[in-house]
Amino acid sequence: MDTSDALVKRRPFDLSRLSSWTGDNGIYLTLLGLVIFNAIFTNNFATTVTFWNLLVQVAPIILVALGMAMVIGTGGIDISVGSVMAIASAIVPLTLGWGWPVAVICGLLGGVLVGAFNGFFVAVVGMQPIVATLALLVGGRGLAQVMVGAYLQIIYDKPFLALGRARVLEIPFPVIVAAVMAIIMAFVVNRTTLGRYVQSAGANRRAAYLSGHPVRLTLMSVYMISGFLAGLAGVLATARLAASDPAKIGLLMELDAIAAVVVGGMPLSGGRVSVPKTLAGALFVQVITATFIMNNLSPIWAQVLKGIIIVLAVYIQRRGRRA
Amino acid sequence: MNNSRSISPRGKKATFDIAAERMRLARRERLFSFLQRQGALVVLIALVVLSAVSFSTFLTTRNIENILVQISFLGLIVVGVTFVIISHGIDLSVGSQLALGGVIAGFCVQWFWPLGLIVPPLVTGAIGLLNGLIITKWKLEPFIVTLASLLSVRGLAFAITNEKTVGISDVPAFTWFGRGDLFGVRIPILICLLAFLIGGIVLTRTTYGKAIFAIGGDEDAARLMGIDVDRTKLIAYTVSGMLAGFAGALLAARLSAGQPVAGPGWELDAIASVVVGGTLLSGGAGSMSGSLIGVLLLGMLRNLINQVGTLSSYWQQVVSGLFLLIVVTAQTYLTAQERRR
Repeated sequence: MDTSDALVKRRPFDLSRLSSWTGDNGIYLTLLGLVIFNAIFTNNFATTVTFWNLLVQVAPIILVALGMAMVIGTGGIDISVGSVMAIASAIVPLTLGWGWPVAVICGLLGGVLVGAFNGFFVAVVGMQPIVATLALLVGGRGLAQVMVGAYLQIIYDKPFLALGRARVLEIPFPVIVAAVMAIIMAFVVNRTTLGRYVQSAGANRRAAYLSGHPVRLTLMSVYMISGFLAGLAGVLATARLAASDPAKIGLLMELDAIAAVVVGGMPLSGGRVSVPKTLAGALFVQVITATFIMNNLSPIWAQVLKGIIIVLAVYIQRRGRRA
Repeated sequence: MNNSRSISPRGKKATFDIAAERMRLARRERLFSFLQRQGALVVLIALVVLSAVSFSTFLTTRNIENILVQISFLGLIVVGVTFVIISHGIDLSVGSQLALGGVIAGFCVQWFWPLGLIVPPLVTGAIGLLNGLIITKWKLEPFIVTLASLLSVRGLAFAITNEKTVGISDVPAFTWFGRGDLFGVRIPILICLLAFLIGGIVLTRTTYGKAIFAIGGDEDAARLMGIDVDRTKLIAYTVSGMLAGFAGALLAARLSAGQPVAGPGWELDAIASVVVGGTLLSGGAGSMSGSLIGVLLLGMLRNLINQVGTLSSYWQQVVSGLFLLIVVTAQTYLTAQERRR
């Protein structure tokens, strides 16, 4: 170790360190490149309208990706997030009769509850996270559709709709929520014991357990946080759409969230969580979608591309760590 | 030598106790492993008896035939997924592959009808091969690779059809494979049974089957034994893709349409069926007959929901999800008991 470090230090131009810097921060460069590309080649990209639109659309992805980053930080995965959004969305019209705050709280509680359900099967039963959350991915959306019925429910409650559409100092409300949550999560990750526990559970679960960390509780909380954030995203999406549509809300959200985390450079094996990189990853994913839509290409091709990007990003990380 | 002789009476006593204990544990273990392997069969029989008593429409040839036809498309997929899971992998892309296979079949039959059965498995087999290549050569986790291909392949199916169903009209030779019958048995049922039969023989009677079990048990040990691990896995993912595509073509023949939305959540159903049949998600153990029972059980559950009649079809998804959770929980518990000794 020592000798190799010394050898590296002696070199005047350290290519390996440069490549490791770009490997660590590659997401910022990639995002910058993509934005510059769009600013030049895509019409109307560099406008304030597009700017705000992008931020509004990326808000739910940021929310869900923050939770996903925590889950992936423990070495797990949560592919039920889209269905959790649908469940939260389905709860809103059912509870809106008692006033909008009740509806919002119930939606969020629904998310936390599904998260706890996931967490139970992963932490207590010991199921593979992909299997447990796959069951919720399919079953959860079914449940949301059972709750609302076959048709989408249009929502007229003005104060509730304001959650999705109001602006404070020109900034759309969902963007503010996403920003606040990002700050809170950054605090949780860097400044709390839970943040430490999450990263230790992902880096080496056995060691974390042997050093007395509450691993099960950590896993449980992580899935509940993911459920809460997905529920929040679902409620905001419902307010923005002015309707509860469990068949559509949050569809394929797991793809965007996983892509955001993986492109952000966090390893699927866990152990590392970075909120800024998650934000950059989420922006990257949304700019990709916007690139397709603004150039009149079907967003379905963006879906195909995002699948490929996930695999490539994981591959690049893997190679970077092995080298 | 002397020493060992002198302590032998004690040693003998100890072995006797251990033997008794072992007998007791072995009986327990056998019960648990029986439940884990054959639990599905017990539940299936109970469910059949229960439904036959509760619903007069259940035990009719027509209904039984319907259940079997409906389940045969999933059954084909399950055969491939069984191989993948026993090798300690997972294939989440099968539902999307089925959809892609269906729409490709829809396009191909317009030219020359046998192409509708040949091209889909070739294309989806190539995608399965790609999955396998990424998993073995780049050493990525199977779940993330096949999750990405679940999403990409579904996107591809939508993209090449412009999100529309591809109708198949006036190709009786092709649609016969989905609707016709041979010796009084519907074609999809025959094909599905054939697939299970071949799959079972390959799994238990060939070196390839042994290799799959060895890899699922311990990949490093398998490699040291001289098994070509990469090739074995590649074949498993390719076959899984091919069977899914072929199932898609058959489904298109039955529906006279290739639907890009076909097979939603079928990856879940396939995994559930395999796991219900006693195959371990951790690889290394399982059987084709178990998977067959798993598929039948899932088909029965589906049919029961329909028989009840007042439940909306969305309940099927809820039941599928719960079904998987319960089964995997039971399996985790039973295998933990078995390991405790």
